[in-house]
Amino acid sequence: MHAKEFKIRWGMVIDVDKCTGCGACMVACQVENNIAPVTPEVDAWAGVAYDASNKLRTLNWLTVYEINNKKAFPEYEVAYMPRPCMQCASPACVPVCPVVATDKNEEGGIVSQIYPRCIGCRYCMAACPYHARYFNWFDPTWPAGMAKALSPSTSTRPRGVVEKCNFCHTRFQQAKDKARQEGGDPNSLADGAYNTACAEVCPSGAILFGDLNNPAHKVHALAHSKHSFRLLERLGLGPQVYYYSKREWVHRLGDNYLPNEKKA
Amino acid sequence: MEEKKGTKCCGGFLAFVLGFLLSVVAGWVLFPGMLYSELDQPIPFSHKIHVEDQGLTCDSCHFFREDGSYQGLPTNEQCSGCHSEVVGQTQAEAKYVQEYVQKNKEVPWLNYQYQPDNVLFSHKAHEPFECTECHPDVAKADKAPKYYENKLSGYSKQTMKMWQCERCHAENGVSNACHVCHK
Repeated sequence: MHAKEFKIRWGMVIDVDKCTGCGACMVACQVENNIAPVTPEVDAWAGVAYDASNKLRTLNWLTVYEINNKKAFPEYEVAYMPRPCMQCASPACVPVCPVVATDKNEEGGIVSQIYPRCIGCRYCMAACPYHARYFNWFDPTWPAGMAKALSPSTSTRPRGVVEKCNFCHTRFQQAKDKARQEGGDPNSLADGAYNTACAEVCPSGAILFGDLNNPAHKVHALAHSKHSFRLLERLGLGPQVYYYSKREWVHRLGDNYLPNEKKA
Repeated sequence: MEEKKGTKCCGGFLAFVLGFLLSVVAGWVLFPGMLYSELDQPIPFSHKIHVEDQGLTCDSCHFFREDGSYQGLPTNEQCSGCHSEVVGQTQAEAKYVQEYVQKNKEVPWLNYQYQPDNVLFSHKAHEPFECTECHPDVAKADKAPKYYENKLSGYSKQTMKMWQCERCHAENGVSNACHVCHK
């Protein structure tokens, strides 16, 4: 498939060496995007039937994976990889959607997902090699009173539709509105004018967000660094999320390399 | 036998035509009236008094905030700038001051253009247009227009529909990508 060209390409550079695996990004993401925490269901007979420890019930747009170099102490090393939607240049999920509920057609290159249009066939989930898409098997439930604190920036999703990270897209709209109000150009936002919730909250500054095409944005130089790599890059989907690490073994875990294969 | 069959056929046809006409009348004339309930604003608001008598402009009350977001309908914070006490002679104003300002309660105004949760409309992006290209010209109206609530969906009849947004975007060469309007 031929990738669409965009003047602006919102992307992320995640410094794996800086990530402590604290999970603040996941929490910020859940709050920003109205992802329901699993309300424990209490059964009169069995006590607590399920809670958030049942991972078949949880849903995260951004998940932190733990990886290690599979060596014994003292060479043992661990690293954490936050995994948002990669917003691929030629996404595998888009052409398989039978109802065009997901598309990559807006300036900025963010893959959209329109929940009321989704019929829940889950082809996109099967197509996505990053497991970045999630299906609502159940209606979201919020603990008493919490529904009043929902964020107006993301619509809530019912049972039966697929959802995924959209780089906090409403923040993009808000940043454009602010630029217009201040007499600036909404199509060339300054570095940091539009930032995702996960990048904003990251305490160690491991997640950087910006326009990959704009040399004035920090992510531009970092994405072109020799220490940067992308997950499953050889599939050719062209993710817009880059990982940055100075450790060779982290790079090797980013793709399916053979044991003796030299990394390109 | 055959004659009998013939009459049976025509009677059935007549019944069909009558039934069809009845359904058409019910669907086109009666149903739209049944579908919408006619509501009035909680306070009879006169734009005319504010615009012509007091010399306010649209953006005195409907303004952009510093971050480019839109105030929309004013809240007590703005209204009580003048109406902290009764300043006019109308009953409506007295009711507003007594029931809302003094009790520190917001007026549940009916919003003619209320959009569903998954729609993101930016007034800032549409600033070059005149307000009245989408909204009714109420500046000279002494009475707020009737509000028609769809009994099934709960939305206002006057809410802008997706095809209207799409058509205007297409005519003006603006992207119709999903994320331009949806969240």
